[in-house]
Amino acid sequence: MIETIATAALAVNENLNIQKRRIQNGKSKKRLSLVTGTHGDELEGQYLAYIVGSCLDEHIDCLDGIVDIYPALNPMGIDSITRGVPMFDLDMNRVFPGSKDGTMIEMLCSMIVDDIAGSDVCVDVHSSNIFLQEIPQIRMSVPTAPVLLPYAKMMNVDFIWIHDAATVLESTLAHTLNTRGTKTLVVEMGVGMRITKEYCRQLFDGIFNLLKELGMWSGETAPVREPTVSEGREVGFVNSDAAGIFVPCVRFGDIVDKGTHIGDVVDPLSSKIVEKVNAVCDGMIFTLREYPVVYGGSLLARILQPAAGGAEK
Amino acid sequence: MKKKILYSLRSPYREQLDVIGFRFGHGRKSAAIVGAMRGNEVQQMCVCSRMIQELKKLEAKGLIAEDHEIMVIPCANYYSMNIGKRFWAMDNTDINRMFPGYWQGETTQRIADGVFSKIQGYEYGIQLASFYQQGNFLPHVKMMDTGFASPELMKDFGLQFGIIRKPRPYDTTTLNYNWQVWETKAFSVYANATDVIDENAADEAVYAILRFLDKQGIITANTPPGYITKLIDESKTKQIRSEAAGIFKSCIEIGKRVERGDILGTISDPFEGEIISEIRSTVSGTVYFEYFAPLINSNTVCFKIIK
Repeated sequence: MIETIATAALAVNENLNIQKRRIQNGKSKKRLSLVTGTHGDELEGQYLAYIVGSCLDEHIDCLDGIVDIYPALNPMGIDSITRGVPMFDLDMNRVFPGSKDGTMIEMLCSMIVDDIAGSDVCVDVHSSNIFLQEIPQIRMSVPTAPVLLPYAKMMNVDFIWIHDAATVLESTLAHTLNTRGTKTLVVEMGVGMRITKEYCRQLFDGIFNLLKELGMWSGETAPVREPTVSEGREVGFVNSDAAGIFVPCVRFGDIVDKGTHIGDVVDPLSSKIVEKVNAVCDGMIFTLREYPVVYGGSLLARILQPAAGGAEK
Repeated sequence: MKKKILYSLRSPYREQLDVIGFRFGHGRKSAAIVGAMRGNEVQQMCVCSRMIQELKKLEAKGLIAEDHEIMVIPCANYYSMNIGKRFWAMDNTDINRMFPGYWQGETTQRIADGVFSKIQGYEYGIQLASFYQQGNFLPHVKMMDTGFASPELMKDFGLQFGIIRKPRPYDTTTLNYNWQVWETKAFSVYANATDVIDENAADEAVYAILRFLDKQGIITANTPPGYITKLIDESKTKQIRSEAAGIFKSCIEIGKRVERGDILGTISDPFEGEIISEIRSTVSGTVYFEYFAPLINSNTVCFKIIK
């Protein structure tokens, strides 16, 4: 069943409609919400939503409960290749929980939260932006980790990043839902404006494993991988200091030593290397720059340092 | 006046971005004034350029008080201004959502840090701010209610209204909020327009800033008399939102007093031209914001009224 959960009239002969599809079978009222498309340039979740819904349709008898799929929280953004909501300054994921009495976007955000709240688990799928590639990972703040970590480990991701809480992140959908008692996992994977089928398939296996663990799925599932958890480890940030074109010489997921040459920032006009980029620490490259043009400060890579004893080696 | 590059950033192919500060007077850091941080904040840059004109004259006449220094930064983001973008030219991030900045961080965090490190430690901070929505404001001054500075200080600008805003999570990365955290008494002055120049509002903003600096004993300036500022909690102002979408027409000027039930504007069907919604005031008070665009979506704030 497809349902419009929030709507607002646009100026000329059109409504902005946020839709979900409810897939339901059996007696259980357990509910998993799969949410994506908050940022209009993040498209990995589009394919994931399609394959999850398609598999459930094909094997509906194996489902006992409710799966709600929200493929586009920011439909105008997706349709116009715009990261934010067109004609609105703020990032949509900085407006939650919204307000029924607020502006159009605040009202829509409030309606989205009301609809998702009460799910047993919500999976909020993001895919970096056009600049960075990310390995499939789940991010959570330190205060939410005790509740979320067991569920995150079911999701077949490579990495779980537990980060410090920041005040500005209190305006995200995930924070709002977690505060209201709806366990919400934030997935980051792939790169903006692209679909990485391999990652979507990986997370697909994770979602069905989660459904099985929740007692909502009796069909086949694939074994899931043990993720690396950032607890007790540091993350090293590699930023460009020069401006130019970044050409990496490592691959995403590589294990590197501190000082390893990971790429160059080059100047095509003078044909010179303007910055030789080295790893700032030992560890695994879990973020790597995808978009080559850089300014001083552009993020080039993130490296997860090994646990004490250097387990990854 | 001393002109100094406060922060520089290289780009792959454009000329280096230089954030330039103009210093007047000598001694303790008394006031910093920041203009455009977004590429469409032309009015904000213009107000700063007029402030520089005024301060040059005052300095030449010896009317900047001993042991007081004033810094003016007209524009921190002309890279975006020169290519017609509101946010950062490369990644569309907002410098005013990056404070206090981080010198080893991403590009706009570095710019924010580069600017913030030079405007920290001033006793007063004045930002020429813009609103995200198209519209006209009565010139007013606003401050974040962090508990650090007294809202009473806003009265020294002599603008009609001083508005106190309770910070929301997304405000915590703005310049105004961080200035206060670092113990600068910070104010945002709204000079009506953003991407066009409103001469009258620019004059009013310049007089207000001069009046404020004069009241603090930083300069001696003759300005037209100001208003007796009314201080208002932002949550107590009334926002009137559109109940329909279509072609918007305002029937009222900002600054006018309205009674409850008065028509403020209309919304017409964009194809058939019939009026489909009358926007009426739900309170009596003074209109201090009106939406300014021909097309309007539903649930858009189209008027703000001070009760």
